[in-house]
Amino acid sequence: MALRMWASSTANALKLSSSASKSHLLPPFSISRCFSSVLEGFKYANSHEWVKHEGSVATIGISDHAQDHLGEVVFVELPEEKSSVTKANNFGAVESVKATSEIISPISGEVIEVNTKLADSPGLINSSPYEDGWMIKVKPSNPAELESLMGPKEYTKFCEEEDAAH
Amino acid sequence: MRVKNVGVPLMNLVKLRGTPILQQLLLEERLLRSSSANWCILNDGTNLPTIVMGFSGKPCELVELQPVLRDRIPVIKRFTGGGTVIVDENTLFVSLICNRNDLPDVLPYPPSLMAWSGSLYSQVFNGIGDFQLRENDYVFGDRKFGGNAQSITRNRWIHHTSFLWDYSETNMSYLKLPSKVPQYRLGRDHTDFVCRMKDYIERSVFIENTIKAVGTQFMLKELSLDEIDDSCREHLETTRLLTLDELKETLAKTSRSESIAQAV
Repeated sequence: MALRMWASSTANALKLSSSASKSHLLPPFSISRCFSSVLEGFKYANSHEWVKHEGSVATIGISDHAQDHLGEVVFVELPEEKSSVTKANNFGAVESVKATSEIISPISGEVIEVNTKLADSPGLINSSPYEDGWMIKVKPSNPAELESLMGPKEYTKFCEEEDAAH
Repeated sequence: MRVKNVGVPLMNLVKLRGTPILQQLLLEERLLRSSSANWCILNDGTNLPTIVMGFSGKPCELVELQPVLRDRIPVIKRFTGGGTVIVDENTLFVSLICNRNDLPDVLPYPPSLMAWSGSLYSQVFNGIGDFQLRENDYVFGDRKFGGNAQSITRNRWIHHTSFLWDYSETNMSYLKLPSKVPQYRLGRDHTDFVCRMKDYIERSVFIENTIKAVGTQFMLKELSLDEIDDSCREHLETTRLLTLDELKETLAKTSRSESIAQAV
């Protein structure tokens, strides 16, 4: 995601959640809206996309923090199945609040499935960024690329450091 | 090329007049994606009435297709988000393309960019007409005269604006009322919602003040269109002119859907 973090007031607002299956317990619009969830078992790019690698399939989406900063997502453009994605290159775009923002692939590979629900319900990215708001599933061409991505704690720290820089 | 002088980044200034809006948008998309410089593009009117939709715009929802096809009004889909406008020789365009690192205090996400631009234009209008940024629009009081849109990439962003210097009611009738309207519109019809910038400021004064305001944050270097390096063409290009066939097909589908709905 082509975004940076909020100002320092949210620097300590990131928390870890133990698994994706519990993410429904994290209300999307709680009183303390500055809190964003960062899930265990996921890897994160410094452009705020996440990857969940299970067997030969990697699922990709954007983080809770990213969707929070975007605002209401009204449209998503995604690649077609069987197309290729390349690490650090954009593979699509989201539209929110008068802006289009690039979505950058954290890994390289072949797109084997696209979340077609996002065509009619782009808001799933806001309400369920780690589950129903997934964007593409990829067959990684170079699984070693996953090792260069951040784990949950590192991503949390990354976000805090970006906050502090502003 | 970026050069810093006394901590102020460089920005290339390109002043156009009557440049076709498709050409302007294609240039902007190329500069956003392929250039590493900062750019301010001013286009003083465009040559033909043209409808410009945002990235996700659907003609059937936003455009009165029958008169548009009848009168051969061009319809463009641009690379930035936001709504639909019809532009002509009485529309002024200001586009700002920046490296995020050259404005480190401006966070590169929509609300922050919008706030920064609102602050910039506050300098331009300097108290004229109760200027303010209101729900992403530029208004005098509660009447809109400027619409904004953005595109944000990994390291750069564009914020561009179309200003209603003047407008034709006939041209406005080619557009449908969008399903999403700002809250401050309060159900007003078009004539009560928008206003003409010419009633508030001289055209030359607006252009001069805009250049001056941008010049408080950047060192400006004027370039002509011919001086822009266009050797790099390997970039994603999403801005395009919709074809007549596309528009006709959309109208046909819409008519069929409406017929079925009426029959049921």
